[in-house]
Amino acid sequence: MSTVLELTGVSKTFTMHLQGGVRLPVVDGVEFAVRAGECVVLAGRSGVGKSSILKMIYGTYRCDGGSIRVHADSLMLDVASAEPRQILRLRTRALGYVTQFLRAVPRVPTLDVVAEPLVIAGVQRDNARRRAANLLRRLNIPERLWPLPPATFSGGEQQRVNIARGFVSDLPLLLLDEPTAALDAGNRAVVVDLVAEKKRRGTAMVAVVHDEDARAAIADRIIDVHRFAAAA
Amino acid sequence: MMQHEPDQPLLLADGLSKWYGKQLGCRDVSFALYPGEVIAVVGESGSGKTTLLQLLSAQLPPSRGRVLYCMRDGATRDLASLGEAERRFLFRTDWGYVHQDPDLGLRMSVSAGANVGERLMAIGWRHYGQIRSTASDWLGRVEIDVGRIDDAPDAYSRGMRQRLQIARNLVTRPRLVFMDEPTGGLDVSVQARLLDLLRGLVAELALAAVIVTHDLAVARLLSHRIIVMKDGEAVETGLSDQVLDDPQQPYTQLLVSSVLPP
Repeated sequence: MSTVLELTGVSKTFTMHLQGGVRLPVVDGVEFAVRAGECVVLAGRSGVGKSSILKMIYGTYRCDGGSIRVHADSLMLDVASAEPRQILRLRTRALGYVTQFLRAVPRVPTLDVVAEPLVIAGVQRDNARRRAANLLRRLNIPERLWPLPPATFSGGEQQRVNIARGFVSDLPLLLLDEPTAALDAGNRAVVVDLVAEKKRRGTAMVAVVHDEDARAAIADRIIDVHRFAAAA
Repeated sequence: MMQHEPDQPLLLADGLSKWYGKQLGCRDVSFALYPGEVIAVVGESGSGKTTLLQLLSAQLPPSRGRVLYCMRDGATRDLASLGEAERRFLFRTDWGYVHQDPDLGLRMSVSAGANVGERLMAIGWRHYGQIRSTASDWLGRVEIDVGRIDDAPDAYSRGMRQRLQIARNLVTRPRLVFMDEPTGGLDVSVQARLLDLLRGLVAELALAAVIVTHDLAVARLLSHRIIVMKDGEAVETGLSDQVLDDPQQPYTQLLVSSVLPP
């Protein structure tokens, strides 16, 4: 299968200007590639830089060095050096991100929160809602909650809404940050199934998963992030 | 390496500077705004945000630099080269300007329906029934009870007036809207409603917008990109989530760390 994502020599240091310019090196020389239909899991203890790597791939964190090349369909982009506009386009067409926490927008119904990425990508609203409903049902969000904004839902429900939102599109590259944390066994199994389906459709994924069963079920390859630890 | 990007900027700020006598308004601000893109300009009061907005919307002449705008016919014009009539035509058709104080953007003594309809008449609509039905459609879109179409805005609450001002601005389907602290001075619950409304309309109409705000949560919710202003200069620009989650400049780090997480 073709390579969808390729990181070369990626490094990241936080400079805390308000703390006298303290420099916090996070990672250095990050190097790995992900092929279509493959799920690569980043492993390592808390604080080692797993989420920072995901955020650099998504463009939320800047890279201090190296390149992050995404090749998807006709798109080819180095996120590390791309213009904001190109990154936005990449996110609409090729790059999805399931974060741990839902950033709820006031007043938007759950069904539309989930359908939104499809609508932005140009899918007709009814069709987008149908696909959103399908996923919400699979993730055991009761139908009576769909017209409500998710802001008042429980943590686990919000997370499942966010998972539905992340999985609803057919994007070639998906980043998963703890998609199974705080889920019960039944819903964890649903997420594992969703990942397997994405693989069959050729989606490349990079995941951070602490839960060992879930990790074993979804990982094609595990990368130990400690080997990219920056010298402090 | 890069994908093909055929579209051209809607608005281009090129080295914009403004002095009021010896007092600096803003210095050397450059950026491009593309169709459908929302830029938030953030910073404290006195940082030059409103000066920048007035330069961009041709309400103030720059001391140095220029603003280029891509007209509907595809021609790119320097705003300084437009005659007064052309500038007013832009304001009536292609642009909207939402003031923080809705009373500045509305005519307080005429009805809500007329406030919206007036913009349509200015671009040549003449059929009363069509004007009224379009106006009432827009009142509905900004969630104002159509039964109040004949009330003057001075009988409206502040939040309703702000929504009316937005309807008045959007009814002509502008391509670019300038907003100066559109949620300023509103109660939090009223703000949330307005933000959600703006967010929906901006996406639905594929509007380009420049939004001046000191509220980082508003910037995160509405904008694709953020420009951080300090002492008249743009000290940092980037993707909105990147500027807020990984701020690079000392001032931006201070700004982001000074508020509760948006």
